[in-house]
Order: sequence, then structure tokens, then C-alpha cells
Amino acid sequence: MVPLTYMMSLSSAIFAIGVAGMLLRRNILIMFMSIELMLNAVNLAFIALGTELGSMDGQAIVFFAMTVAAAEAAVGLAIIIASFRNRETVHADDLTMLKW
Amino acid sequence: MTTDLVIGAVEAIAMILLGLSLCVLVLWFDRKGSALIQDRVGANRASITGIGARLGLPNFGLINTLIADPLKLFTKEDFVPDGADKFLHTLAPFLALFPVMITFVVIPFGDTMTIGGHTFQLQAANLNVGVLYVLATIGIGVYGIALAGWASNNRWSLLGAIRASAQMISYEIAMGLAIIAVVIAYGTLDLQEICRAQGGVWFGWLPRWGIFVQPVGFLLLLTAGLAESKRVPFDLPETESELIQGYFTEYSGGKQAVFMLTDLAEHTMIVMLLVTFFFGGWQVPWLYRDGLHLPGAHAIALNHLVVSVVGILAFLVKVVLLSLFLGTLRWTLPRFRYDQLMRLGWKGLVPLGLANVLATAFVVVVSGGAQ
Amino acid sequence: MQLALFWFLAALAILSALGVIAQRNPIHCLLSLVVTLLTIGVLFIVEGAVVVGFLQIIVYAGAIMVLFLFVIWLLNLPVEIGPTGHLALKFFGSVGAAALAAEILVFVLPPHLQVRLSAPPPGYGSIDSLAQKLFSEYLVAFEVTSVLLLAAVVGAVALARRMPGSGAEVRAAGAQAAPGADQV
Repeated sequence: MVPLTYMMSLSSAIFAIGVAGMLLRRNILIMFMSIELMLNAVNLAFIALGTELGSMDGQAIVFFAMTVAAAEAAVGLAIIIASFRNRETVHADDLTMLKW
Repeated sequence: MTTDLVIGAVEAIAMILLGLSLCVLVLWFDRKGSALIQDRVGANRASITGIGARLGLPNFGLINTLIADPLKLFTKEDFVPDGADKFLHTLAPFLALFPVMITFVVIPFGDTMTIGGHTFQLQAANLNVGVLYVLATIGIGVYGIALAGWASNNRWSLLGAIRASAQMISYEIAMGLAIIAVVIAYGTLDLQEICRAQGGVWFGWLPRWGIFVQPVGFLLLLTAGLAESKRVPFDLPETESELIQGYFTEYSGGKQAVFMLTDLAEHTMIVMLLVTFFFGGWQVPWLYRDGLHLPGAHAIALNHLVVSVVGILAFLVKVVLLSLFLGTLRWTLPRFRYDQLMRLGWKGLVPLGLANVLATAFVVVVSGGAQ
Repeated sequence: MQLALFWFLAALAILSALGVIAQRNPIHCLLSLVVTLLTIGVLFIVEGAVVVGFLQIIVYAGAIMVLFLFVIWLLNLPVEIGPTGHLALKFFGSVGAAALAAEILVFVLPPHLQVRLSAPPPGYGSIDSLAQKLFSEYLVAFEVTSVLLLAAVVGAVALARRMPGSGAEVRAAGAQAAPGADQV
């Protein structure tokens, strides 16, 4: 039986690492992977709390979160491919066309 | 608890070794069986001290397959191509082999065995979600192939890797649909329960095997499994006559041996899955836990240990026969072109799989519950 | 025993998560992310959510990450060399992430949360109970999710398609020829 604190601490650590990746890296694909890290950290928190309370709600929410993450990954990567075709770069600092 | 763990570990090792031994059988059949089919002699030179020739026996190519070839492969120079990613290049073969080998541990090879008053399951890992485990390991198997092609710093390897991984993920869907239909028909995800549900006979003579319950599912899983393991007629990623060796062109020596072992191990895994889902696994017709119940004759009571051992032998016989059958397919059918392959996967097998799932679900609901 | 397994998995998860954000080769970052996802899947199974754990491995580590891999191939991303981004951003980013972690830990570290309240009910995490939840309480969400997936598929195909007649084809052919030349 793993105490809830341990799981939640792990979840918050992975979430913080995802946030750090989002802020520190400027490569769009790595930023996207950091988003996936954050999503997974939250999924872990949901499962841990679901087991704590003995309710299947946590698992159902994680099921839906996973599906939505899959859909979002597909569309996000398609956007990245489309933007790469026009801009030839995946460095986020170079995508400045909307800046004034 | 510890005894269970030890028994599980021993069974797991036994199953993995069994899987690898069956790979060697498939490899030998690829040599001598193909020679038989193609009306030639095949490998017949290697021998130890010429003892077979002195006895007047023809050379069965066993020394060739078992000793000479592995020895040659493992003593070849092992290099990493110039400019290639060294870490990934070395990691890829093992990443390809590992998921296939760990799939063997959920295949049930017998019912239960009672030795010394302790009963244990003849299945290394009694997962009650065994089917999900199989699907998960098949999904992980893509990475080894993909990284092998990428890490070789060779555009032709990369092309082979892209084709191979696209093929694998496309046919994973068809495989999943075939397996889902079986799961609906039997109402459980546990592989041992699916095997148990295939005991008994209909009309006194027809065994209740899965192939009679799900004929379309069998053909689907056969086709999708062959495509997933990249065996002919779907072996375009590694066609030995076109792309040299596709995604593992830049590998030699031990790593190439591991890739070939992966190919054969995937073949064996598909055969074991087919036997488990569609041919009753370890079930023998008319053999129940307490003995033989032949139709028209009185029951012959048998020791439980004998029944278990007969079950294991039946499993082995079925796996070997189906393995040889799939091996024969390799030398009989021409291979698919890549666009034909993808068209078959997406436009042929996936709709057929979905229709199969719908039909199975309809029949199960109408007949009031799973069998 | 379970605790030892948890410590091992937690260490592996954090190390591979750090590997995702710290490595310079995008393929290495991807592999680290796969390891993280597999570890989190196993953690789900340790927590008792067996079906969702395997689904995590099948869907996330087995399908979504392959999608990422294909995109990295198609874009032919180079290994990053030299520093990326502003130093100030890096400094404040790290501080901000650490502050976020500390803030969340304040909520989860109180001692009354450090024990497991009770064992989960029997049948917890099995596919029966998950299916009960999905098809009774969350049925609308389930159906909407299927429409969402359809929309995502159509959207992804429409976005990534090459429009015939635009200059994108020529530029794409040029982009493919140039990286291929310096690859061998």
C-alpha cells in the first residue's frame, strides 16, 4: 500500500518538470512532450486519489483524459507539420510573424 | 506467496526458452522445409566428425542450423556505422526482442498441475487482463524496428523502418479487432479462461474450439498476425531480394542474429496466440480433468498429472503444426507490394474486423450472454 | 515490497522526465518520454488501476509516441547545438517550476495524508467496474469522445495534407532532398 503523499509528491514533481520543460526549451516538439508529461502527472494524481477514495471515477476521468490527449497530440502534430512546411523551423523564437 | 513467485519465475523462464526453441524449429523449417517445397536439397554440409554420413543418413541440416550459423553470426565483427547514433544502434535489437519475449509468459500451456499437494497454474503470469497485456507488448514492439532504421544513418534503412513501423501500427488495429471479437465471444480477458471455455464437444464429435466460434476472426488474426510479424507475404520491410535487409541492413554479427530471432519469435508468438484463441490451447477433445470421456464408451479415469502432461503435449503439437503451416505459407505466396499491403490493412481488414465485432456482439446479445 | 517497487519506479520516472527536458537530441527526449510513460503505466497498475494502466501503455506509449516519432522523422530535426533561449527565461523558469512544485507539496505533505485510508473495494480496477462507470454515468462523455476522435482524425488529415498547386510541394521536395544529402 503506497501512501497517498508519495504518489502525489511524485505527480507534482513530474508536473513541475513538465512546466520547467515548457519554459526552458524552445523546440516546439520538446515543448509538446512537456505538455504530455504534465498530462500524465495529472493522470497519476487522479488514479492515486481514486484508489484512496475507492471510487472508479478517477479511472474513468483518466480514460477520457487519455483519449483527449491522443486527439490533441494528433492535431497538434499536424499543426506543427503544417507550420514547419511554411516556416522551415521548429524553434519557437523564430515563429514571430504575429508579433507587432 | 514466495512459492507462487518461484513457480511463476520458473514457468516464465521455461516459456521463454520454449519460445526460443520453437524459433529454432521455424528456422530449421525455413531451411530444409523450404528446400523440400522448392524441390532442392537445402543446407546439408555441416556435420560433426561426419558421423551422419558414416551411418548412411542424409544430412538434415540440423548442425547447420543449430551450431554453424549461430556460431558464425556471433563471431562476426560487430560494428556501428560511421555517423550513426551509437547508443540507439546498440539498443535497437534488444528493444525489438524484449517485448516479443515477454509476451510468451501469459500464454497458458496447460490446465493445472498438482505436485505434492500444491496446485499451480500452468501459465507463468495469471493476469486477468492477459489480452490487454498481449496488445500492449505488441504495441511496444514498434520501437525497436523504428530505432534500428533511424540509428543506422542510412536512408534506405530509414525507408525500410518507416514502412515497417507503418505496417506494424496499421495491422495492430486489425489484430486488436480480431482479438476483441474473441473476447466478446468468450466474455473474459483472461487467456487461461478462454482456453478453459474451449473444452467439451458439440454433437459428440466437434471440439468447441474457437475456430468454429469465430472463423472470420481466425482468418483476420492470421492475416494481421503475419503482417504484424513481417513474415511473407507481408515482408516488404525486410525483403531479402529487394531492400537487402531493410531496416537492419547496417547490422552484422550478434545484433543481426537478435533481429532474426525477433522475426522468428514474433512468428512463434502469433502462432501461440492463434492456438490459444482458436485451437483450444491445451485442450484435447474428450479429455477432461478426470480422464477421457469418449462418446459411446465409458469414461477412462486418468491421473490428474497425466491429464496435465497430455495437455502440455497437445499444446506443443498444435503450436508446432501451426508453425509449420505458417512457414509453408512463406514459400507459397508471393509478397504484397506496399500500397497493396496498406490497402488490405485499412480498407479490407479493418472494416471486416468491425463487421465481425458487430456480428459477434449481436449473436452474443441475442443468445443471452457469452458462452 | 510494494513500497520498494514504488521507490524504484518513482526514481525511474523522475530521471526519465528530467531526461525529456534536458537532452539535446529529440529522439533521445522521445525515448525518455516513452520510459516515463511506461513507468507511469506500471504505477497505475501498482495503484490497482490495472485496465487503465495497460491502456496507458497501449495508447500512450504504443501509439501516441510512435506518432511523435514519425513527426520527428518527417521533419528531420537536427540535434540541437549551443544554448537555446534567453538565460533570464531559463533562470526564472527553473525558479518558477521549483516554486510550483513546492506549492503543490504544501498541500500533499500534511501527516493526515501519509497513510492509506482504506483498501479499495473488491473488483476495483477491473474492466467490469470501469465499463459500468463508462456506460452508465459517463455515457454522454463517452459518445462525445468518439465524435471528438473523429474530428481529430479529420482535422489532422486536413491540416497535414499538401495542397495541390501551392508551392508547398516544391519546397517539401527541396527540404527532403537537402537533409537526405547530408545524412549519408
